[in-house]
Amino acid sequence: MLPIIFVMPIIQILVLSYAATFEVKNIRIGFIDNDKSVDSRDFINRFNASSLFILTDLFQNSDQAIIAIQKGKIDVFIEIPVDFEKKMIQDEHVNLSVQIDAINGSAAGVINGYVGQIVKIFGDDIRKNISTHYVVNSNLKRFEIVPSYWYNPELDYKIFMVPGIIVILVTMISFFLSGMNIVREKEIGTLEQINVTPIKKHQFIIGKLLPFWILALFILFFAMNIGRILFHVPILGNPFLILSFASIYILVFLGMGFFISNFTDTQQQAMFIAWFFVVIFILMGGLFTPIESMPIWAQRLTEFNPVKYFIEVIRMVMLKGSDFSDVKLQFLKISIYALVMNGLAVWSYKKTN
Amino acid sequence: MNTDKSIWVKDLTKKFGDFTAVDAISFEVGKGEIFGFLGANGAGKTTAMKMLIGISKPTSGAAMVAGYDVFHQADLVKQNIGYMSQKFALYDDLTIKENARFFGGIYGLTNTEIKSKTQQLITDLGIQEVVNQNVGSLPLGWKQKLAFSVALLHEPKIVFLDEPTGGVDPITRRQFWEMIYKQAHNGTTIFVTTHYMDEAEYCDRVSIMVDGRIDALDTPAQLKKQFDAESMNEVFLKLARK
Repeated sequence: MLPIIFVMPIIQILVLSYAATFEVKNIRIGFIDNDKSVDSRDFINRFNASSLFILTDLFQNSDQAIIAIQKGKIDVFIEIPVDFEKKMIQDEHVNLSVQIDAINGSAAGVINGYVGQIVKIFGDDIRKNISTHYVVNSNLKRFEIVPSYWYNPELDYKIFMVPGIIVILVTMISFFLSGMNIVREKEIGTLEQINVTPIKKHQFIIGKLLPFWILALFILFFAMNIGRILFHVPILGNPFLILSFASIYILVFLGMGFFISNFTDTQQQAMFIAWFFVVIFILMGGLFTPIESMPIWAQRLTEFNPVKYFIEVIRMVMLKGSDFSDVKLQFLKISIYALVMNGLAVWSYKKTN
Repeated sequence: MNTDKSIWVKDLTKKFGDFTAVDAISFEVGKGEIFGFLGANGAGKTTAMKMLIGISKPTSGAAMVAGYDVFHQADLVKQNIGYMSQKFALYDDLTIKENARFFGGIYGLTNTEIKSKTQQLITDLGIQEVVNQNVGSLPLGWKQKLAFSVALLHEPKIVFLDEPTGGVDPITRRQFWEMIYKQAHNGTTIFVTTHYMDEAEYCDRVSIMVDGRIDALDTPAQLKKQFDAESMNEVFLKLARK
């Protein structure tokens, strides 16, 4: 069991950090080039040269292209009209048809954005070329936005995801291990043996939970170092602030696991209930989807989600360098949560039925 | 109330909703006695025993175990009894020594006491060569004897044995009963449930539970006379079929 406890989190953080990304890359693109001109070829090459797109196919007509989308061979295709070059040179309006597979809506939005950007740059370049040859009225002043991305200047998704994944690892370790533990002893009969001894309730509970508490903290420490060394995730704030938050946070899940353990008779039941909560906590914790874009009622529910608080804290402290005063509200809430859960755990554990 | 007795039970009752599992049973067990607690499956033996060892709260009645009230002094009762359940309940993934240290520690034995008692236990059982093996890998017969010895580690006044010889071979059963006799001879009270009627013959006195009540209680010899039976087996069948 002990090797599993250590190997699993390492694999998870290594694999998930790469896999859990919303970056849309390797977009397979196809073209229908009705113009077959120098400019249209240059246009297609712009996409081919971009690291985001993979030029997958050139189609004769849109029917072929649509079949390719249906078969999932390409994600997007662009139809270049006849007279593309001619209209470009004459600075006329050009209509491009862009068709995107939008089963994953947010990815489709991103693809649309990328296509739009490349088209715009292409148009600007053409216009510049023309204006050097014929002095056209260049009084068209345009706005240009130069964004500056704070806290994650290169928009590296790993920097956003790794702290969240660390939270998930710590949560699962503490929740599942404690949830399985007591009920396992019920199954094998050692709990009854313990209950006929004069051991005190608090001795038993501390004895049961303390090893998991140390283990989970150790895994947190370990995972933070993997994130720092392998993924270059910065730890701008005080790492001990994260560890001290975690030391309370882990108690919440140990208590919750212990509580579930007391109300179930088999590990199967306990696992089922634990999963029910873990899935809700993770999906409503702000790891993948921002809580701010959830409906109001769901946002209210997330107030009861301990995972949300830890993800907030770990991201703020690691990436923004927040200090205690920035996260004291989260500290307060998680402490109350820990008190309530462990109170329930102690209350529900009865040596005498 | 007779505190000279190891166990004193008066009208002890346990109800689960409408169902009465144990129906006002009364009996006494003397010091150093081997008391056989018999009954068919579902007769209420285990429930009655759980009340006596303090892990199930009686609905009504009174019981004193080792001089303490099971209602209000459950932890003192627990300190003074040993218990061996029908499931092997030592930790499979610990060695013999680790198990002994763990359970000895819970009962508040000092390290030196634990050391010497563990050594004693290992010598008595002749299990020197498997001392550092996880107990999960031991044969069932050894496990049972080991569990019994661990239950005695803190020198309890009374030992409760819940079907201790289930599933073990006749030779091991014989050896097990020799251990029980030796312990009783040293003054420990033995409270044992069993389904083996030959084991019932080994007991000083036997009670037979039917449907939550104690229908018979006497020495094996007296019971056989009372029910005009050749063996305890016949006594049991006559009672259970009544």
